[in-house]
Amino acid sequence: MSTLTEAPPPLAPAEPAKQSPRKRGRFTPYWLLLPGLLWLVIFFALPMIYQASTSVQTGSLEEGYKVTWHLATYWDALVEYWPQFLRSVFYAAAATVMCLLLGYPLAYLIAFRAGRWRNLIMILVIAPFFTSFLIRTLAWKTILADNGPVVHTLNTLHILDLTDWIGWTAGDRVLATPLAVVCGLTYNFLPFMILPLYTSLERIDGRLHEAAGDLYAKPWTTFRKVTFPLSMPGVVSGTLLTFIPAAGDYVNAELLGSTDTRMIGNVIQTQFLRILDYPTAAALSFILMAAILFMVTVYIRRSGTEDLV
Amino acid sequence: MPFVTWLKRHLVVIAGLCTLAYLLLPNVIVTVFSFNKPKGRFNYEWQQFSTDAWKDPCGVADMCGSLSISLQIAVWATVGATILGTMIAFALVRYRFRARGAVNSLIFLPMAMPEVVMAASLLTLFLNMGAQLGFWTILIAHIMFCLSFVVTAVKARVMSMDPRLEEAARDLYAGPVQTFVRVTLPIAAPGIAAGALLSFALSFDDFIITNFNAGSTVTFPMFVWGSAQRGTPVQINVIGTAMFLVAVLFVLVSMLVTNRRNSQKA
Repeated sequence: MSTLTEAPPPLAPAEPAKQSPRKRGRFTPYWLLLPGLLWLVIFFALPMIYQASTSVQTGSLEEGYKVTWHLATYWDALVEYWPQFLRSVFYAAAATVMCLLLGYPLAYLIAFRAGRWRNLIMILVIAPFFTSFLIRTLAWKTILADNGPVVHTLNTLHILDLTDWIGWTAGDRVLATPLAVVCGLTYNFLPFMILPLYTSLERIDGRLHEAAGDLYAKPWTTFRKVTFPLSMPGVVSGTLLTFIPAAGDYVNAELLGSTDTRMIGNVIQTQFLRILDYPTAAALSFILMAAILFMVTVYIRRSGTEDLV
Repeated sequence: MPFVTWLKRHLVVIAGLCTLAYLLLPNVIVTVFSFNKPKGRFNYEWQQFSTDAWKDPCGVADMCGSLSISLQIAVWATVGATILGTMIAFALVRYRFRARGAVNSLIFLPMAMPEVVMAASLLTLFLNMGAQLGFWTILIAHIMFCLSFVVTAVKARVMSMDPRLEEAARDLYAGPVQTFVRVTLPIAAPGIAAGALLSFALSFDDFIITNFNAGSTVTFPMFVWGSAQRGTPVQINVIGTAMFLVAVLFVLVSMLVTNRRNSQKA
């Protein structure tokens, strides 16, 4: 996943510390690491333990909570909120597929066809980040408004009838339906797909395309047999960078959806901040973390790019 | 059929440009609607052109206050995460030590964790410690999640550095401090700058972790979130548009400067 920010290690200096004639302090690395790692241990690792402990406590806000190893919280939470879990996975998967379908052509365009426009298009891909993502998500309320041009066009083309039939929209509306939420998720995480895709496409040697052409491969065959397989690291890190945040997101479901599109993030947020049922909230959050770590591990194994992480 | 051949040849370009339009459409809407004069409390429907909001950007109660809180947190989170992250990155590239694998995964995990999980677990820690939620808890959380991104950015740069440059400095009798300040730091600077910029953007725009750990403190994203329920003032769009313009201008100027420098060198 680190391919997003990490450049290819160009001729990594083989352990310069070893070659260096100067004696370095034996403890220097530990002093350098100490403050930052302490920060991560106290404010990232330790909270995970606190969360695990909170999830097996019982009690109430007034009387306080005690660890009672009440594992039934997990079972109750799963029984009550499995639709939201399933929905999160489904929406996140749909958004990831959409991001891949939309993002690949743009990444390909920047890498191979943009020429002198390359830098400008790169800036345009990153530029939306500079406006608060909440403001941009609210703009989708205007774009998908009931009497707006988008809904009107979809209605005229009878596409809304089709999506209504498969349950993605309801009636003549797009807002407050699963389609709106997936659309928002796709929009919000699209740059996280495009950047790693671009990084891996850009490394492909252009002569490989020429070679494929010389061997009478049609453009589509070249893409299928040469370009796409070589871009797999980008596809894997892009899908992970899209799926993980999308599965835990509650902003799009809240702003663009309705009570029927609540995702697991919405449930965790309400339990923690409004209902104040800390054990249930902690259990849900723990299940989400475990589920995502499990899916990510399986996915990385299956796609055979373990060196990625 | 020349048109079909043309279409076939340019299909990927057309599809890519459509995606680009999809990415930029909300920004266009945000900008256009910063000149709107809405009828009700919500700024979702176009009514009529007006520059009222641009003339009075702080005309909404508490908005500019939240903006200033967000900026302060972003600055301090950037400073904290950049210093701590750069130290870790140097240690990882330059030294061999025990438990390197564990350190690497501790840095990788925050980037692979859904934000809501980090947010919720951090809140359980603060609740258990009885910490007062507010400015400081937000700052602590922001430094935590920005740290990993700084480490990755700086590490990439330091790894690609030629160690012979530092050896040369030492051969020319530069002391360790002098070597670091005059040689190492300038070469690592672009990586550090990239990490710092990323931290600033991530912290300034963070909502989920802030939402959990803010208590009654309102940052700018929290203000926008609240206004989605109460009524969205046009001024939000003004701030959004202004941020976008400033950032694009910043990028363009820095590109021009690097271009000029490169052409001077050549």
